[in-house]
Amino acid sequence: MKKIYLDNAATTPTDPSVLNAMLPYFSDKFGNASSVHLFGQEARGAVDNSRHAIGKFLNCKSTEIIFTSGGSESDNLAIKGVIEASEVNKPHVITSAFEHHAVLDTIKELESDGKIEASYIKPNREGIVEVSNIEAAIKENTVLVSAMYVNNEIGTVQPIRSIGQMLEKKNKGRKNRIYFHTDAVQSAEYFDMNVDTLHVDLLTMSAHKIYGPKGIGLLYIRTGVSIKHQIVGGGQEYKKRAGTENVAGIIGFAAAVSVIASEAKQSQDGIATAPGLAMTRLRDKLIDGLLEIPDSFLNGSREHRSPANANISFMNAEGEAILLNLDMEDIAASTGSACTSGSLAPSHVLISMGKKPQECHGSIRFTLGRGTTEKEIDRVIEVLPPIIEKLRKMSPFK
Amino acid sequence: MSDMYGEKVMDHFKNPRNLGEIEDADGIGTVGNPNCGDVMKIYIRVESRKSKVEKPEEFIADIKFQTLGCGAAIASSSIATELVKGKSIEEALQLSSKQIAAEMGKFPPAKYHCSILAEEGIRSAIEDYRKKISKS
Repeated sequence: MKKIYLDNAATTPTDPSVLNAMLPYFSDKFGNASSVHLFGQEARGAVDNSRHAIGKFLNCKSTEIIFTSGGSESDNLAIKGVIEASEVNKPHVITSAFEHHAVLDTIKELESDGKIEASYIKPNREGIVEVSNIEAAIKENTVLVSAMYVNNEIGTVQPIRSIGQMLEKKNKGRKNRIYFHTDAVQSAEYFDMNVDTLHVDLLTMSAHKIYGPKGIGLLYIRTGVSIKHQIVGGGQEYKKRAGTENVAGIIGFAAAVSVIASEAKQSQDGIATAPGLAMTRLRDKLIDGLLEIPDSFLNGSREHRSPANANISFMNAEGEAILLNLDMEDIAASTGSACTSGSLAPSHVLISMGKKPQECHGSIRFTLGRGTTEKEIDRVIEVLPPIIEKLRKMSPFK
Repeated sequence: MSDMYGEKVMDHFKNPRNLGEIEDADGIGTVGNPNCGDVMKIYIRVESRKSKVEKPEEFIADIKFQTLGCGAAIASSSIATELVKGKSIEEALQLSSKQIAAEMGKFPPAKYHCSILAEEGIRSAIEDYRKKISKS
């Protein structure tokens, strides 16, 4: 039996076409893009072309794209950069309570260092942050709202466009502008990434979540947004992020984006893409199949949900023990259980939605990918019920 | 994933020893809580046997467990119950989390609390037994 990988929100395999595009840029076209000689210019040309292609995908200018080492660095640059460049005395930041730790912990650290005030907006029980709650949190000293596009654990889609439009209106009557950042690391594959449609000023993307290589990401920074660089050195990336360009990574990133751009046929509402619709069908089959197990429930809205994500809690069965059993069946997934977190605290995402800890410990996240087949989904639906039954028999609770 | 655990933990996780409950157990201990994710329930049956020293000694004639928890929690319950089965009550009370952890072999350091839980579970079952006999 082939191994079944259902952890595509953690990372994806590098697409062979992406790898092929990258390979010449290691040993053959190895130049430093900052060098003036022909070796350097060859690399420079490739980097420029990649930046241009990604700019087209995001509907932005090449000069608005800053390549980084990945999503975490982009999130750090967006938040710390805006705060450090702000002229507001003790600026205020609004974010959601269930952001990725790269956003949440950056803001918490700035807050505990006394540099900012922060508001953490809880999502509703469906795992959606409501625009009105963000609006209500705005203060005179608010300078930044950071809200993720698709939640990495439960796959719920946030109303980024509505938040962006609301902020645009608010900004008209304000002395200091509120910038809007979205961590779009989990959304590039299936959702509209047009920065103008979304009304965002800053947007984080990562290559390895979309079948590109690890170690490369980007931050889109709208022209006019003042941001303080975090890495100082050779002045690369329009002086916003120093360091020799990761040429092969940038080439791979653009190649990964071009696969999505060529496959994506925007549907009328501009949200779901054709490959996304096919995956939604597989996802729903998985969700329906697993909800047949007694005392199980879906975490997060089914309607406003990534086509790739099925996150289900099984009461009286612990997540890591479920994962171990799945692993023995060559099935890879992940869990929001405390036992795998290192901190021994259950998922902050599920807790923020108002779930009780005992509802979190048995949560399993399956994230589908391009390689996922119906046969694999059938296999999971067949294998999981006896695993849950076995673990429940071991439990003191009946 | 089984790389994070050694063979012994995986063996006890897959085939737990002394799993289940004892009807009319002499002592029952429940430790942990659903909030933290791990709950262990230990059942013991205590009998008396002749001792090398003068008085007859009480020993753990049978022990069973039920655990809601991760791989290490299930394995540590299984291993700990094996360690004290047939031992005198006094010996069983000596069992430390350190011994349980050593017996478990390879497992991540963050899971050490599972061996503490197993130690507490056994102690709690014995305390329950002693409470019951002091009342009767």
